[in-house]
Amino acid sequence: MAEVTVRKLNKKFDLTHVVKDVDLQIHDKEFVVFVGPSGCGKTTTLRMIAGLEAVTSGEILIDNTIVNEVPPMDRDIAMVFQNYALYPHMSVAGNMAFGLKMRKFEKAEIEKRIKRAADILGIGELLHRKPRQLSGGQRQRVALGRAIVRDPKVFLFDEPLSNLDAKLRVQMRVELKKLHERLAVTSIYVTHDQVEAMTLGDRVVVMKDGWVQQVGEPLELYNTPANRFVAGFIGSPAMNFADVTLSGGDGKLWAEAPGLKIGLPAPIAQRVNGRNGAKATMGIRPEDLHIAGPADPGELCFDVEVEVVEQLGSEILLDTRAGNSTFVASVEPTLRTKVHDRLKLAINPNRLHLFDAQTEAVI
Amino acid sequence: MAVTAVAGAEARPIPRPRRLEDERWLALALLMPTAILLGLFIAYPFFEGVLLSLTSQRVGVPGEFVGLKNFVKIWNDSIFRTTVWNTFWYTGVTTVFKLALGLWLAMLLNRHFKGKALVRAFILLPFIIPTVLSTFAWKWMFDPTFSVINWTLYQLGFITQRINWLGDPDLAMTSIIIVNIWRGVPFFAISLLAGLQTISPELNEAAAIDGARPWNRFWYVTWPLLLPVTMVVMLFSVIQTFADFQLVYVMTGGGPANATHLFATYAYQLGIGTGLLSEGAAISLAMFPFLFIIVVVQLLYIRRVETR
Amino acid sequence: MIEGALWRKWVFYNIPLILFVFVLLFPFYWMIITTFRPDGELYKPWNATSYQPFWTNNPTLEHIKYLFEETSFARWMFNTMFIALASTLISLFCGVLAGYALARLNFPWAGSLGTVIFVTYLVPQTLLFIPLAQIIRNFELGDTPWSLILTYPTFLIPFCTWLMMGYFKAIPKELEECARIDGASRWKAMIYIIIPVAVPGILSSGIIAFTLSWNEFIYALVFLSSPDQKTVPVGVTSELIRGDVFFWGPLMAGALLGSIPVAIVYSFFVEHYVSGLTGSVKG
Repeated sequence: MAEVTVRKLNKKFDLTHVVKDVDLQIHDKEFVVFVGPSGCGKTTTLRMIAGLEAVTSGEILIDNTIVNEVPPMDRDIAMVFQNYALYPHMSVAGNMAFGLKMRKFEKAEIEKRIKRAADILGIGELLHRKPRQLSGGQRQRVALGRAIVRDPKVFLFDEPLSNLDAKLRVQMRVELKKLHERLAVTSIYVTHDQVEAMTLGDRVVVMKDGWVQQVGEPLELYNTPANRFVAGFIGSPAMNFADVTLSGGDGKLWAEAPGLKIGLPAPIAQRVNGRNGAKATMGIRPEDLHIAGPADPGELCFDVEVEVVEQLGSEILLDTRAGNSTFVASVEPTLRTKVHDRLKLAINPNRLHLFDAQTEAVI
Repeated sequence: MAVTAVAGAEARPIPRPRRLEDERWLALALLMPTAILLGLFIAYPFFEGVLLSLTSQRVGVPGEFVGLKNFVKIWNDSIFRTTVWNTFWYTGVTTVFKLALGLWLAMLLNRHFKGKALVRAFILLPFIIPTVLSTFAWKWMFDPTFSVINWTLYQLGFITQRINWLGDPDLAMTSIIIVNIWRGVPFFAISLLAGLQTISPELNEAAAIDGARPWNRFWYVTWPLLLPVTMVVMLFSVIQTFADFQLVYVMTGGGPANATHLFATYAYQLGIGTGLLSEGAAISLAMFPFLFIIVVVQLLYIRRVETR
Repeated sequence: MIEGALWRKWVFYNIPLILFVFVLLFPFYWMIITTFRPDGELYKPWNATSYQPFWTNNPTLEHIKYLFEETSFARWMFNTMFIALASTLISLFCGVLAGYALARLNFPWAGSLGTVIFVTYLVPQTLLFIPLAQIIRNFELGDTPWSLILTYPTFLIPFCTWLMMGYFKAIPKELEECARIDGASRWKAMIYIIIPVAVPGILSSGIIAFTLSWNEFIYALVFLSSPDQKTVPVGVTSELIRGDVFFWGPLMAGALLGSIPVAIVYSFFVEHYVSGLTGSVKG
């Protein structure tokens, strides 16, 4: 079992700088997910940890040993690839045995391990098939099995579920979660899907343009995003943003935009103090908006026009407009409304986020 | 932990630096055998050939440095001039016919019919069978006295006199050209067929719905998409034809009266036949600038076609 | 495709195709018929009245017998086979390794080396045969099979390398990355994973290399001199023609028998041959 430490990690391909000063401490048995849009450097970071890419500067430690110069075969890691990378000329059992043969394990031990892994994954029937005879989900399991038999210090996953169809992806996600609980091996998982990140990760690392944006537990990212990017990336449907101007008067701070004037709750107002007249971005999640009722104070309400009604069964998503700003609101499925209706929405003041217009950092 | 290593820890090799893990060292090691063989038997002979062409060496006589004398000599040699003309004529005419006929055959094959695989396999035979051996069959068919071609033409009433295929200078060249086309068409056809098969039939169907006639469909849809493959096929064919040896050697040996020599056969006749090694080497090397220009022009053109 | 009436199909497709096939295959028919025809029928002038060129009622094996009894034909076949196999194996060994390096490894000059290989691929044998003959003599390889086994790879290796590069490039790079993480060195990943996956490409290159070396003429003509060392194409050319006299029967028999090994190899691996051929012009 192992810890993985990354210090000031950088990667440059010719002129492009794809990973910038990444610092991470991954604990033993922890499941850490790297998430971000394509080209954010998450896969490159993973590949450097695997030893498939040379490190430009910085250090990678596995079990407190610097492994920068150690070839992948000696790092004692296992990796599951997006396209599974099953060896097409070997049977399922051969695929799983390969890593053990390379490490000169005894035959009996190899067979024992294959059997156990096959039992865990329910692929005992497939051991003598060739990869091309398997379905997508079965290939995925074999790729997992190949990693499991190795009993490595660290599991690396490079978008392992993105080639599966939607239904299978959800099912495999659950199985991965169970598997990690059962095996308890340090795991690093790369995905561009924030739902996978939220559901799988003990901690989530959000990356963009080579920089780490925020590291934290899933709910921490959801509740207290460090900047506008994380706020918009985590959560589905995405957070609503509105460009506002901050204005003060009679001891109260307001966020104003055409058709919109929201009174900022006291904790935020204190932090904002002194920025009178500054531009900012206001963020509110769809689930933190509701149809205004008599209990909602007027300073937290605003008028909108309904543009689209998306009936999802368990909820309704309303695409609405207030002046220049658009808001998606998640409301009760019993609401009867139609396009062009005018409504009054209210904000949950404890869940309002405000971001600096320039730095995009949370205020 | 469900799957725990028992013997695992000891079995793992200790990390140590490995030279072949470095891509550069591995590449060097993998390229070494190729580099040695190609260096020894291509680069070295090329260098030797240039030196040889600058001396007066002949079989049994070491010779001395004579500068460009050999090149001046062949330049003033009327047989060499005929040879240059022959080579260009031979290459040009055969290439045009091979392209046209090969394309036609490819289009005939580019549809579904019974026995297509068999036909395709048989069609390649002229290209597979050793050229020298199949050329002998042609030489036998062109035999001045026993020609089956003459017999057929005579029976059909086209001729009353025998045609002396290989005895007349112009006819000899034509005969050689016919054999070269016969040998080259399959290569063109199969390569172009592969190119045709990568063109989606939907494109042609869309063009047909847009009102394009067959000729227009070919000219505006098929041909432009086929051009990159065509250019590469032409490149190979032109070089092989330009440097051809065996076909002419068997059919006419350069005759009658040195009228059908190509670079290679004339170089062979002087260098090996007569023993004038340095002059033969000079003639061989005289091919080089022509080949070089052909390759550069065609590669540039291919690059332009592929990037547009 | 868009097709019209039946007669159009015949006029525009079937008849031209039949003509093509006829012309392309007729010389081989002629080779076969001549092989089995007695001399008496063979040498009848083209305008003789009783001439029956396309068939014989008196098939004979005398030409084939002549070939094996009066010439070293069996020996030539053996030489050609040995030389073709040996040079193919050497070329495959070099070409597969070099193709792997050029297609899948990052190292300085990789691109330029690829171009160099392509250019050597285009160097015709007829450019270098005279200086090469001298070098062969200096190495004391003249008149031995090794003079050909070592020089044929000069045109086979660039071809194999070029073709293998195409095949190697088509294999996902994750396959060897996964092997390397699984504990294989780069070398072992190549041997155990990538090369087995590239077997179809290796077969294609091998078959084409074999036919090319069986086909080679000018090096064999120049480097070999004693009758027992010759290859089929050279032996047939030099030993069955005496001055101006052509022994057409044995010549055609030799051509026929000399073609058969290539034709057999080809018929077993037509698909590999075609895919190799079309792969080699993809560039």
